Amino acid sequence: MRISTKYAPRKVADGQPRSCIKDTSLTHEQMLELYRYLKLTRLVEERIVNLYRQTKVVGGVYRSLGQEATAVGSAYALRADDFITPIIRDLGACFVKGIRPREILAQYMAKAWGPSGGKDLNVHFGYMDRGFIGPISHLGDMIPVMTGILLGARMQQKDIVGLAYIGDGGASTGAFYEGMNFAAVQRLPLIVIAEYNYYAYSTPTNLQTAVRNLAEKAAAFGIPGYIVDGNDVIACYEVTKQAVDYARTGRGAVLIEAKTYRRKGHAEHDDQRYVPEGEIEYWEKHNDPVDRFERFLLDQKIATKESLEEITAEVTREIDEDSEWAESSPMPEPEGAVYGVFDNSIVPPAFRPRVLEK
Amino acid sequence: MATAVKKLRKLEHPSSGAAATMVEAIRAGIWEEMERDPTVFVIGEDVGVYGGAFKVTEGLIDRFGKERVIDTPISEAAIVGAACGAALMGMKPVAEFQFIDFISCGFDLLTNYAAKCRYRWGANIPAVFRGPCGSGVRAGPFHSLNAESFFLNTAGLKMVEPSTAYDAKGLIKAAIRDPDPVLFFEHKKLYRLPRLREELPEGDFIVEIGKARTAREGRDISIITFGAMVLTALDAAEELEKEGLDLEVIDLRTLAPLDKDAILASVKKTNRALILHEASLTGGIGGEIAAIISQEAFEWLDAPVLRVASIDTPVPYSPPLEDYYLPQVKDVLDTARKLAAY
Repeated sequence: MRISTKYAPRKVADGQPRSCIKDTSLTHEQMLELYRYLKLTRLVEERIVNLYRQTKVVGGVYRSLGQEATAVGSAYALRADDFITPIIRDLGACFVKGIRPREILAQYMAKAWGPSGGKDLNVHFGYMDRGFIGPISHLGDMIPVMTGILLGARMQQKDIVGLAYIGDGGASTGAFYEGMNFAAVQRLPLIVIAEYNYYAYSTPTNLQTAVRNLAEKAAAFGIPGYIVDGNDVIACYEVTKQAVDYARTGRGAVLIEAKTYRRKGHAEHDDQRYVPEGEIEYWEKHNDPVDRFERFLLDQKIATKESLEEITAEVTREIDEDSEWAESSPMPEPEGAVYGVFDNSIVPPAFRPRVLEK
Repeated sequence: MATAVKKLRKLEHPSSGAAATMVEAIRAGIWEEMERDPTVFVIGEDVGVYGGAFKVTEGLIDRFGKERVIDTPISEAAIVGAACGAALMGMKPVAEFQFIDFISCGFDLLTNYAAKCRYRWGANIPAVFRGPCGSGVRAGPFHSLNAESFFLNTAGLKMVEPSTAYDAKGLIKAAIRDPDPVLFFEHKKLYRLPRLREELPEGDFIVEIGKARTAREGRDISIITFGAMVLTALDAAEELEKEGLDLEVIDLRTLAPLDKDAILASVKKTNRALILHEASLTGGIGGEIAAIISQEAFEWLDAPVLRVASIDTPVPYSPPLEDYYLPQVKDVLDTARKLAAY
């Protein structure tokens, strides 16, 4: 099958700043909502970094700086009852699916009020009723899990689609291949967004795969492949919308490759010594997804500088409030560790055994 | 005509009335659960028209259709992952590994996904992962595995291994109804063993997960075992009876969580414990059981806790080699005599 490059990144004339594609079905109101999600993602991550520097974050901090448009634009193409499973660079997709900043902040700080109650980190949680299934650290595993969600949904006669994210690194795993292949064979409505962001931890993509475009891997499964400009939020929305319509009408799985760039290291501690000089600065200056969308909104007269500032102020207020809430949460009770391995009405909690006590 | 008759026969409820083999008992258990609960479905390699490598799922596709009896690519990670996803949606998958040896290809999703979901975010995975295990059938290093000790150190997976047709049916039904993931090991040597044929009661019954059974009552030594080794233990017990030694045989049935009460009650009665299993000795489940006994029944013991297991090698193919590898009745006799004389 041919790879569609309709939404692929386009060359711009020298000195010409990048914007977004104009051909869209999105209303002005929806576009402003997209802007809100982009800003929310970026500012929540900045808040998490601040909390990290204050040693309030227990584990590592993972950023999606520079690639927010991929997560936000793609997830926005879904219906409320559709499912997503993000990877760590898709915080924006979590917000689009209804996750609140307070939940993410409490997770990072290992607080009792976080959705996992302190048992797991960052976006590693889920809500079946919101169609949100957090990932695990083992990349690729969520592809077969999402395939199973869709298999179950089909047996229940639900016409939902599933959106799973993977990186250029995760696309090298066996689970990715097995899951995609099975979904393709079963013609399940699985849409996989493969984010080409140049690095998997420190490993560049040319040491990860010999294909030039991750979308070429679609040929191995006999499914359509798309390449999209991952830093154009409208293109990300439009390409995913097409894939969603294709998948929901029973035609099967789709692989979308989003070309983007990871401007931060794997985690906050990573000094990025493996990145060529000037590369990050180039992307920051010439291809920032938020800048591009702002330019688009202003040029198209969809927003004014003031109205965008107002959105940012509103987002900041929400983050302040949620941050306060998350910080006010207690840490979990130590003994909470023993519960929930199994249904504890059947198997008792895993208390430490008492020995040599008469 | 002959095919039509055969098909009709297949569509009839299997094994009602007549004495059932273990394979028929498992099939009947899955069949009944699929009849009573539309969320139960079967997934695995060659489980559909072919009926599975050992014919455990034979006839299911004719009765329940390919929507509920799903043939997969050779992809254990996809089988386990898809079972987990469907289970999250409220379905009850019964996933088959063609041989339990191939569970290694689904290990990551079992130990990291299935086992940890409830603990991490409260989402339970009511799935059964089943398949033929065990050696003694000349199947060589890749079709003879006993996998329990690989999973014993993973919190969140239950493990079951029956040694009778009755238990096989009752336990598979209990496993399907269980709200948490269950690994269901079926010893392939027992599948069609005439000695295990038994009349199963009409109507619905289950065998509770987490409960051992006393396969033979005795006074002098407790043999704690499971699976095909229950038969080895019973044969040894019969021999030793002639020498005036009265052995108790505890069939664990569930390997996780272990029925500590049953193990300790037996050892406190006989004061001598012999643990017998088919997997290799080092790092086997026997070490865990021995630790439980020595910690919680030390003062009742009249002799050290001894283990009889396979030697620490892969499972060899050639009959003389495999027979040497496996614990034989003679090994149990020798060890039991030493225990009695201690």
